[in-house]
Amino acid sequence: MSPLRTLFPNIDWPEIAQACVDTLLMLGGSLLFTIVLGLPLGVWLFLTARGQLHAKPKLYGVLSLVVNVLRSVPFIILMILLIPVTQAITGVSIGIRGAIVPLVIGAAPFFARLVETALREVDRGVIEASQAMGATTGQIVTRVLLPESRPGLIAATTVTAVALVGYTAMGGIVGAGGLGALAYQYGYNGYKPDYMLVTVALLVVLVQILQSIGDRLVGRYSRR
Amino acid sequence: MIRFAAASKSYAVDGALVPALHPVDLTIAAGEVFGIIGHSGAGKSTMLRLINLLERPTGGKVFIDGEDVTDAQGADLRRLRSGIGMIFQHFNLLSSRTVADNVAFPLRLQGGTDDAAIAARVDELLDLVGLAAHARKYPAQLSGGQKQRVGIARALASRPSILLCDEATSALDPQTTASVLELLADINRRLGLTIVLITHEMDVVRRVCDRVAVLDAGHVVEQGTVADVFLHPRHATTRRFVAEADHREGRGAEFPGVSGPLFRLSFRGDATYSPLLSSVVRDTGVEYNLLSGRVDRIKDVPYGQLTLAMHGERLDDALAQIRAAGVDIEEVAR
Repeated sequence: MSPLRTLFPNIDWPEIAQACVDTLLMLGGSLLFTIVLGLPLGVWLFLTARGQLHAKPKLYGVLSLVVNVLRSVPFIILMILLIPVTQAITGVSIGIRGAIVPLVIGAAPFFARLVETALREVDRGVIEASQAMGATTGQIVTRVLLPESRPGLIAATTVTAVALVGYTAMGGIVGAGGLGALAYQYGYNGYKPDYMLVTVALLVVLVQILQSIGDRLVGRYSRR
Repeated sequence: MIRFAAASKSYAVDGALVPALHPVDLTIAAGEVFGIIGHSGAGKSTMLRLINLLERPTGGKVFIDGEDVTDAQGADLRRLRSGIGMIFQHFNLLSSRTVADNVAFPLRLQGGTDDAAIAARVDELLDLVGLAAHARKYPAQLSGGQKQRVGIARALASRPSILLCDEATSALDPQTTASVLELLADINRRLGLTIVLITHEMDVVRRVCDRVAVLDAGHVVEQGTVADVFLHPRHATTRRFVAEADHREGRGAEFPGVSGPLFRLSFRGDATYSPLLSSVVRDTGVEYNLLSGRVDRIKDVPYGQLTLAMHGERLDDALAQIRAAGVDIEEVAR
């Protein structure tokens, strides 16, 4: 008997491998769409806030409210509430594809808020200087705000990715698959502590890797 | 040429309009270095920003080269701004870009210049400001003076006819201030561009400006050539600025233990270096006590200002002789 078998008698390793792939797919897919939706939303929030380039306090109020509402609904509830939406978009309500819709809707407002905060860190004087050089708002966003706040945006992405790891694990409970599902089904319901241990350990490793990649990139792009 | 025609600016604060700049009528000639001096909150920053419309006037008009730009929008506004460079107290460089990329930035924004031409222009500008060796560095690796030089190179990239300086030397130490001012004066001479600078230091005005306007609580209280304003300040605020520049406190006419009338002699140009006082003493036999004084330059013109006590039989003759030499006399105490 191999030592692995002795230590973890219940574990089906190919299944663990498959769960890792599923978790990574969910994470990658949901992070991609979270950025695609959340980045413009964050820029929009930033621009329409009071005293900013396109200050529209009423629009900002509405956007802000929507973001706050989505952020305050517990993810587990959001997932259940969104089942019809998920079905309409992806044709399925469970599995990896089915999980991505609630993951994105749960994470994009969170990411947008972090983006808004990162953009606020950009020196107002630099924005004014760009205006004085005749920059359009579009140019200010793409050539000043986003590059200048790059370390902050990378940090925001890292935080969001880590939060998404937690969400994917929760997704496991409603049949999304992945490491979270194994931890819940076999580890918790099936009372197999070795399953619990291995899956949680793998999730910890994943979070560590994400955080260290993020930190390294922030360091690389920090010029202050 | 820049012209303010009753241009004013008010801000809405808690529903009420608070004036930041009262209607100003002022003309800045092409090619001159024009200073706007005032304490913080006097409205000088607002006035400067009316020129490139970072602030819109709430009343009156702004003309640039005879064109009413007050309501310029969109492409017109961007074209106007590309003809006006601006430098800032805190430099406002893009921290994520190298020195060379910062200088190239306005050219890339405007488009229409190919990469080779941009690179050539950047090299030329970095040579001009003496930073050719630092092209690949990031702003955080530079000193304050170097950062301001990058700011100047960037402001000149699109060959503007006007350069606006927003407290450009206020964050720099005295030595660096001197070198940056020298660079500005040099640019003004060589490129012939109009420079408008705002400052709270009379010394900055004295070193580089041709003309000056003094702002106090949103009003232009005095304007004229620097020599006139500097040597004969009329408004209390101006007097204070001049006194600060001269490092003299108070009215400068209090000399305990000195009896007799006190005079302030102001001279400029050639009179500064002529041995006027000794010839007056020889010719009229008056005696004088030199109490305070300064001999310096206003931009390129030498000037002097002396406070002295004078007495003697032929005092009136002495004063007449001094006046005849083109020196202004002001009796400050008797």
